[in-house]
Amino acid sequence: MVQIKGSTRRKLVGFLILLPTLVSLGVFVYVFIGWTVGVSFSNWNSFSKLIKGEYIFTGLRNYMRLFEDPRFQTDLWNTLFFTLFFIAGCLSLGIILAVLIDKGLKGSRVFQSIFLFPMAISFVVTGTVWSWIFAPGILPKFPQGMNLLFKLMGLQALQWRWYTSTTSILHFNLALIPVIIAAIWQLSGYTMAMYLAGLRGIDQALIEAAKVDGATDRQIFWRIKFPILRPITLSAMIILGHISLKIFDLVYSMTGSGPNNVTDVPAIYMFETTFRANRYATGSAIAIIMLVMVAVVIVPYLVTSIKKEV
Amino acid sequence: MSRASKIITYILLLIFTVFFLMPIYVLISTSLKSLQEVGLEKMWFLPLKPSFDGFVKAFQKLSPNLKNSFILVIPATIISAMVGSINGYVLSKIKFRGASFLFTLILFGMFIPYQSVLFPVIRFLQSINLYGSIWGLVVLHVIYGLPITTLIFRNYYAEVPTELIEAAHIDGAGIFKAYWKVLFPISLPGFVVVIIWQFTNIWNEFLFAVTVTSDPTKQPVTVALVNLAGSKVVEWNVQMAGALLTALPTLLVYIILGKYFLKGLLAGSVKG
Repeated sequence: MVQIKGSTRRKLVGFLILLPTLVSLGVFVYVFIGWTVGVSFSNWNSFSKLIKGEYIFTGLRNYMRLFEDPRFQTDLWNTLFFTLFFIAGCLSLGIILAVLIDKGLKGSRVFQSIFLFPMAISFVVTGTVWSWIFAPGILPKFPQGMNLLFKLMGLQALQWRWYTSTTSILHFNLALIPVIIAAIWQLSGYTMAMYLAGLRGIDQALIEAAKVDGATDRQIFWRIKFPILRPITLSAMIILGHISLKIFDLVYSMTGSGPNNVTDVPAIYMFETTFRANRYATGSAIAIIMLVMVAVVIVPYLVTSIKKEV
Repeated sequence: MSRASKIITYILLLIFTVFFLMPIYVLISTSLKSLQEVGLEKMWFLPLKPSFDGFVKAFQKLSPNLKNSFILVIPATIISAMVGSINGYVLSKIKFRGASFLFTLILFGMFIPYQSVLFPVIRFLQSINLYGSIWGLVVLHVIYGLPITTLIFRNYYAEVPTELIEAAHIDGAGIFKAYWKVLFPISLPGFVVVIIWQFTNIWNEFLFAVTVTSDPTKQPVTVALVNLAGSKVVEWNVQMAGALLTALPTLLVYIILGKYFLKGLLAGSVKG
């Protein structure tokens, strides 16, 4: 680059402009994370110990106890299955919706707006509404919500206890299904939007050329469009994954931890240990485990996408 | 496209539409029922005698919290947008060593689970006497909003030809003048996207809101809505009306500024 007069000065001023942001995020992200790590290594598991401020280093003891704790084990299984089904659901529904919209039929824009609007709504609202839709009622006599709808349609066989079910298959608590459906409802429009942006970014000349060569629509989708969408799938997986690893508001407003913690997640457990039981050290340990899970997903993604740009 | 495949496409679109609109149907029809009519067996039917009782009651209960949410969202959105804008300018137009490393450090703040900073955040707010207040939440949302606002503006300004800025510099303009005279006037679409993003996210946020404010009169509307559901007798019509009132401001933003909402959404996926 040609050296422009005054550019060194500008670099300095530029850095000074960034400084307040760097300092505040440095404190609120990095220092505070370090602080939480410190608390997670401490004995601060009651309010009085915190007030005394007497810091006793307990090493990994809080973490060890968590991994032996049945409730936390349930949380980890729930997080795993929630993430798996939530991502799979959002991706498949997202791509189907995007392909349907991309056909450009009359009214497509209206449909697109309908599929996207849940994104504008708070998880708390989503949880409130879906908690009613999936409330089981008293079966079989007084069904509620979906169960009532099934009864009206003569589909009694489909009635079940939804998020109050305590059935579990290979550690997968079926009570999570209604929560996963609500989460997919909220975020599949997002994946649709990402896929649509990808589909619309494809060079039409490429498609035309393939058509001239006699490719069918199906071939065009699987051979041309689908491979182009692959990086979008990866981005979507990472974004949805980090949302699901820390999901809180939806579960809190919809089911809470549920009977036998069937719908419990680390964020709920963290909230209850820290703010209901004043067990700050344990709560901090849960928070740090959540951070590590998110970082494993996000850091490689951030590093590669920034490198690519430079 | 053949007629048959058109019909199949429409049928599929309609099925998905039913799934996406079902909660809205439940919200609206229930909120318009009187308490007598809310009975479970009638949940899926339209209200026979539409009544605004639910809305009146929900509004009475939630209006202070709706006000709190506006008091929170407006300054937090404006401040984080302004700072993000000038940050975005620096990071996209002034190349200094280590800039992309710093940017990555900034961006990481966007993804962390807030649980991992929550305890220190509360201790910090207590120490500066902002714990339990809307202003404490404003501080948090400004700071934790900076990564995304910086990112969106950085990507937006990357599209602006660097020659424009350099020309201004050659004419003797410093950073602030170049920003104010050249970039700021063409920033409106960027600001719209950032403001929509911040407005929606801050309005919808729950974790900070519920942990930082404990006095019910000082809580944002998302927390008040959950507490509404926690009351002893569940008045579903009131609760659904409350949910609708809570969702309304962001839904209006979405309906009026849909195109920009979409842009913000895609900008949130880092690559933009």
